Amino acid sequence: MVRAILISGLAGLVFGIGLQISGMTDPSVILGFLDLFAISTGNWNPSLAFVLVGGLGAAAPLFAWARQRPRPMIEPVFQHPTSKGIDWRLILGSALFGAGWALVGYCPGPALAALSAGLAEPVLFVASMALGMTFYRLAFEPAS
Amino acid sequence: MIEDFSLWPPLFGGVLIGLSAGLFWLLMGRIAGVSGIFGRLLGPQPESGWTWRLAFVLGLPLGAWLAMSLDWSEMAPPPHAGWPVLIAGGLLVGFGTRLGGGCTSGHGVCGLSRLSPRSIIAVLVFMAVGVVGVFITRHVLAG
Repeated sequence: MVRAILISGLAGLVFGIGLQISGMTDPSVILGFLDLFAISTGNWNPSLAFVLVGGLGAAAPLFAWARQRPRPMIEPVFQHPTSKGIDWRLILGSALFGAGWALVGYCPGPALAALSAGLAEPVLFVASMALGMTFYRLAFEPAS
Repeated sequence: MIEDFSLWPPLFGGVLIGLSAGLFWLLMGRIAGVSGIFGRLLGPQPESGWTWRLAFVLGLPLGAWLAMSLDWSEMAPPPHAGWPVLIAGGLLVGFGTRLGGGCTSGHGVCGLSRLSPRSIIAVLVFMAVGVVGVFITRHVLAG
C-alpha cells in the first residue's frame, strides 16, 4: 500500500516534469500543433508530435517487455482495460474530448499539472472538468 | 514552422512521460491514463483504492512545479479563453474523456503502446476533431 502510493506519486511527478518541460502545459503550444493551417504561414508548432515520438519510443518497449510477464513487478495483476469493441461511446466521447481540447488547449494531464502556476484559469478548467466527469458518472454509472 | 523551435524539450519531456507510463504499467499493472485516474478519484471510493490515485494526481502539478523551480522550464502562460469557454471546454473534456474511456495519456501514450485498436480509433477521432475545432475557432470564427 505504501509502496503503491510512493510509486504512483513518483510516476505522477515524472509525468508532470515531462509535461512541463515539453511545453504541454502551455495551451498555445497545443493549439499551435492542432492548427495545421498554420503550416502554410510558417507558424506551425510540431511539439506535440515530438512528445508522442518520445513518449511512444520510451513506453512501447516497456509495454512490450510487460507482455512477456505473467504479472507486473509489484502489483499482482495487470489491470487491462475492460471495455471491448469500438462503439458509439468511444467515438462520441473522443469527439467531445477533442472539441473541448480545441476550445482551450488543455487535456486532463496538462490541466492538472498547470495548477502549479497558481493561476485562475487552470483552476476553473479543472473544476469544470471535474464537473463534466461527475455528469458522466451520474448519467452512466448510477449505481455508484 | 515557428521560429526558434527546438525539438529537444518536447522530445525529452515526451520520453519522461513515456517512461512514467511504461514503468507504471510494468510495476503497477495500471494504465497511466489521467482522465481515468482523476475521474475515479471523484466518485465513491473505488475498490481499487484512492490513495495511490491521489498520489499520482498530486504528483502532476508537483512535478511541473519542480521543473520550473529547477529552471528546466519557464512557467506556462494560461489559455487565452474567457471563463465561459474555459467552463465549456472543461465540461467537454471531462465528460468526453470518461465517455470515450481515455485521453492523450490513456489512449495516446498507453493505448498506442499496447497497439489497442480502440485507442487507435480514439486518437484518430480526438486528433481530427481537435484539428477541425482549432480551424473553426482560429480561421473561421475569428475572421
